Amino acid sequence: MTIDWMHFTPWTSLAGGVLIGIAAVMLVLFNGRIAGISGIVGGLLAPRGAEVGWRLAFVGGLLAAPLAMLLLKYEMAPRIEAGFGTLVVAGLLVGIGTSYGSGCTSGHGVCGLSRLSPRSLAATAAFMAAGMATVFVVRHLA
Amino acid sequence: MRQVCAFLAGLVFGIGLILSGMTDPAKVLGFLDVAGAWDPSLAFVMGGAVLVGLFGFAFAQRRARSFFGGAIHLPNNRDIDNRLVGGSIVFGIGWGLAGFCPGPALVSFGAGQDKAAIFVAAMLGGMLLYTAAERMIHEPRRRAREPS
Repeated sequence: MTIDWMHFTPWTSLAGGVLIGIAAVMLVLFNGRIAGISGIVGGLLAPRGAEVGWRLAFVGGLLAAPLAMLLLKYEMAPRIEAGFGTLVVAGLLVGIGTSYGSGCTSGHGVCGLSRLSPRSLAATAAFMAAGMATVFVVRHLA
Repeated sequence: MRQVCAFLAGLVFGIGLILSGMTDPAKVLGFLDVAGAWDPSLAFVMGGAVLVGLFGFAFAQRRARSFFGGAIHLPNNRDIDNRLVGGSIVFGIGWGLAGFCPGPALVSFGAGQDKAAIFVAAMLGGMLLYTAAERMIHEPRRRAREPS
């Protein structure tokens, strides 16, 4: 194993992580809800009355984040290598998998691990392992 | 007021995702590429989030009600079953293919990136497919159980 020191950003990543944690705690303490993004979006696709408002507001906040960062003079510089076909297949798998497994990196990874849930630990181990295996196959075998 | 709080939580969450590097798919893939030039940054994202979360959720779990007086909805399912592990593996494969998970994809969509829009559309399609499949499987069963 070699460490990619050039791209390693421990401090901004830690700071970003702390903000993510604060946001998740805000949502549970004020709204009584788990900040699981796949679950929040999934709930919007099958709406049930009063459940829609807070979900739309949370997603609105996510969508507005790049604008807030622009106001702070921080421009995003994403590097997206995937082409159209890969993006479609990956999106479908993420949509189906998070629905079937009841959560993603935020719900199981952040909130679940914070709650010390064995179920979320199993889910997190499974998607991390699958993600690493996929990158291994794509980058080193294919 | 509830909606304002949910919006602010989403905003802070999104800013955290951008600052941490999660909205850069190449960085995410660099973290998942343990056999190549490994970028461990995302372990710090998870570490920082869980560090805050441990205290916050411990506090939330001891409360009966949220600050606005509503119920605190915490999952009580504790089963580690095939659905959970199978679904998470399928999600992980998708994550490893493009480097996007749901949160960062939505934030990048908010930034107006075409590729994120394609991913988000496919993700919503996957969720709808799942809901439709569930309905097809469970609806006839439910109807068969109910006396007509």
